[in-house]
Amino acid sequence: MKAIVVKDLEYVYFSRGESEPARALNNISFSINEGEFVAVVGRNGSGKSTLAKHLNGLLIPEAGTVRIFGKFTHAEDLIWEIRSQLGMVFQNPDNQLVATTVEEDVAFGPENLGVAPEEIRKRVEASLEKVDMQKYIRHSPSMLSGGQKQRVAIAGVLAMNPKCLVLDEATSMLDPTGRRDVMNILQKLNKKENITVVLITHHMDEAAQTDRVMVIDGGKLVLEGTPRNVFAKTEILRKAGMDIPQVSSFYIEAVKEGIIHGGQIPILLDEAKEIFSNLSFASKNHELPPECQDKVMKEEKVIEIRNLSYIYMPNTPYEKQALKNVSLDVYRGEILGIIGHTGSGKSTLIQHLNGLLTPTDGTINISGIIPKGKALKELRRKVGLIFQNPEDQLFEETVSKDIAFGLKKMGVPDTEIEKRVLEAAEITGLPANVLERSPFELSGGQKRRVAIAGVIAMNPEILVLDEPTAGLDPAGSKEIYKFLLKLRKEKNTTIIIVSHTMEDIANYCDRVAVMNNGELVLTGKTREVFSNKEYLAGIGLDVPQITELFYCLNKKNPFIRKDILTVEEGIAELKRVLKK
Amino acid sequence: MLKNITMGQYIPGNSVLHRADPRTKIIWTMFLIIALFIANNIYGYVMMLALVGIILVICGVPVSYTLRGIRPLLIILIITSAINIFAYPGSNVLVSFGSFRITLEGILQAIIIAVRLSLMVIIGSILTLTTTPIALTDGLEKLLSPLKKIKVPVHEMAMMMSIALRFIPTLLEETDRIIKAQSSRGADFDTGNFIEKAKSFIPVLIPLFVNAFKRAEELATAMESRCYRGDIGRTRMKELVYTKVDRNINIFLIMFYILFILSTFFI
Repeated sequence: MKAIVVKDLEYVYFSRGESEPARALNNISFSINEGEFVAVVGRNGSGKSTLAKHLNGLLIPEAGTVRIFGKFTHAEDLIWEIRSQLGMVFQNPDNQLVATTVEEDVAFGPENLGVAPEEIRKRVEASLEKVDMQKYIRHSPSMLSGGQKQRVAIAGVLAMNPKCLVLDEATSMLDPTGRRDVMNILQKLNKKENITVVLITHHMDEAAQTDRVMVIDGGKLVLEGTPRNVFAKTEILRKAGMDIPQVSSFYIEAVKEGIIHGGQIPILLDEAKEIFSNLSFASKNHELPPECQDKVMKEEKVIEIRNLSYIYMPNTPYEKQALKNVSLDVYRGEILGIIGHTGSGKSTLIQHLNGLLTPTDGTINISGIIPKGKALKELRRKVGLIFQNPEDQLFEETVSKDIAFGLKKMGVPDTEIEKRVLEAAEITGLPANVLERSPFELSGGQKRRVAIAGVIAMNPEILVLDEPTAGLDPAGSKEIYKFLLKLRKEKNTTIIIVSHTMEDIANYCDRVAVMNNGELVLTGKTREVFSNKEYLAGIGLDVPQITELFYCLNKKNPFIRKDILTVEEGIAELKRVLKK
Repeated sequence: MLKNITMGQYIPGNSVLHRADPRTKIIWTMFLIIALFIANNIYGYVMMLALVGIILVICGVPVSYTLRGIRPLLIILIITSAINIFAYPGSNVLVSFGSFRITLEGILQAIIIAVRLSLMVIIGSILTLTTTPIALTDGLEKLLSPLKKIKVPVHEMAMMMSIALRFIPTLLEETDRIIKAQSSRGADFDTGNFIEKAKSFIPVLIPLFVNAFKRAEELATAMESRCYRGDIGRTRMKELVYTKVDRNINIFLIMFYILFILSTFFI
């Protein structure tokens, strides 16, 4: 039986401030078989969430039909049956948990369906076991991590005994560990319980693990097929704002350069390892790889941290040592990446840089300023700190007023403010016509730029960003990094980036600092840090796919470099070591 | 400051009171508070003090922790006591200066009011300290369910209460985050006069409200897709049931109440 049949689906909506209706979905048709694992990918605003909301009757088609296990969603009397058979998990883990304990929350669905109490209890226990959360049955949701909350949300849906699970960007707010856990659970549910899974995402490494990928752009289905077939069509994907896994694009480049001939495109790291280790490399007495020659700026120290420790809520039962004896130097004009798993102390560390937190022990010196008392005001002018999801802090009537907020507080004259707002908008790539609009009308990506522009306008010497690309699609992420590089080039701004996306860190950072359990465990040039692949794996951190691939090649042939950071470097290295 | 408020917090445990049905606890909390107001002689107050003492010991929450709940009340206690001491009419004058007189009756009255207020707070805290928020709302919903007949939306009110409880920690965290973010953008919350200070919170309040509305919308969507449609055909995993514990509590407290009424009205 078909789980989902969508036929000629159209949906139009009117947004505030626009006179023209927007076509969110344009003549989409597809079907999904029972037991399939399908990924729906597309950039932010492509219509994929609108599509998801049609699958359980939260939205009713304006034209065309949606049929779930044979039942039309526009038939009002069947809607509850459809929703119990096709469960949905949403993006924000906080905004879908209803109850104050995990078990009560999981019970919410079956309670609504009128299931008998003993049966509900059984289902709650079974569902929590399936998502590996039975230990937390009596916990309060607010004490759980993002990944754990999403697993509870999945259990809440499973307790209704659904045949199909739809996840609407459910992994986009999670850290890599949380994402991996959720993906593993979905695989298990799909294989063992034969539950149909529809995964809406813009992470292509997740799409690579599914049976079929559908690419949505501009409300249209532009591409469909197995991950392997879809990833091979890079041009269409790029136009739709999507990327492919790093090993796949490395393979495509290698084919273009004539290093590899034909064959199947790898979509997973293991497949790539097999393909590339079968190449015939030059003989073993080949010269050893050259030393890394990366230049780093080490002329002027702008931040000096010595033996910094920080304890949250000292002398209470909740006391927690978040930082232990951290010492770190940052130099003018460099881009420093800070990596570490969630809870390793990264956020605590960066909040010390503009005096939001004061050290329990140790010292901080930021180009001559000690963050204390009166100096804080000047410090915050020098150090711009941008939190995760900064768009949540916009509040003014217009974009330009919002960007000007900090400048006004600094007492900058009006004419100067106007100039700096325009400048910041230009750097962040905000079109001039949005400046007089309300920030709440903009798209997610544009809102984020407005928030970042508000800090850039204050001309900080040091810019600190916590997860600047979280939740953005690949094209949106690239835009952010593009203007950060521009900012450094034009103003020699020192930039500190906290991120879980290792490929971005490898691509853009000069140096990397690694945190684990509140300690700074490793600092060095990006290349040096990522060549410690095994050590990083030991503390739960990945390296970019391409780095791992070459690390693996290096094990078999020690004359191949193991410290490759980008696809281009990888191609150059292959050319160097292959048999002529 | 927030740390001193013990009312409304739940302390996990397995005492008789923890195991009792929330309805039993809510009803007796009400009756005991009424008792405090009808008590009119020393026997009544002694009985109430003794009863609350017993409950404090058996409720499985550290006594000092429960008593901490009176602390925020101290100022009110002092003020009301002072007013009573000076203003209560009486004939046994102990001290007098000018037109002020302190009488024995005044002091007694002050003590009575202080005891009454403290016992009230302690009884209220014991209810919330031994009952989870969700059990409390369930109990209230069940107790008020007769009102559904006259179209009072009892279920919806209980649901709103439990959602509010669920989101308190989330919103506190968010407030903290937004304050930090706006401080990083140069906002200043500490200087200036009262009006300036109040104004400086606009950049915190607007995003907080905007996000709260967004959350509300997303939560409603999530609840709808989990088949929520009010209390039509809804069952509960944890049904409230009267057990032996409730029976024993009821027998004990009914006997206590009869004695209390006798001592109040017939001595």
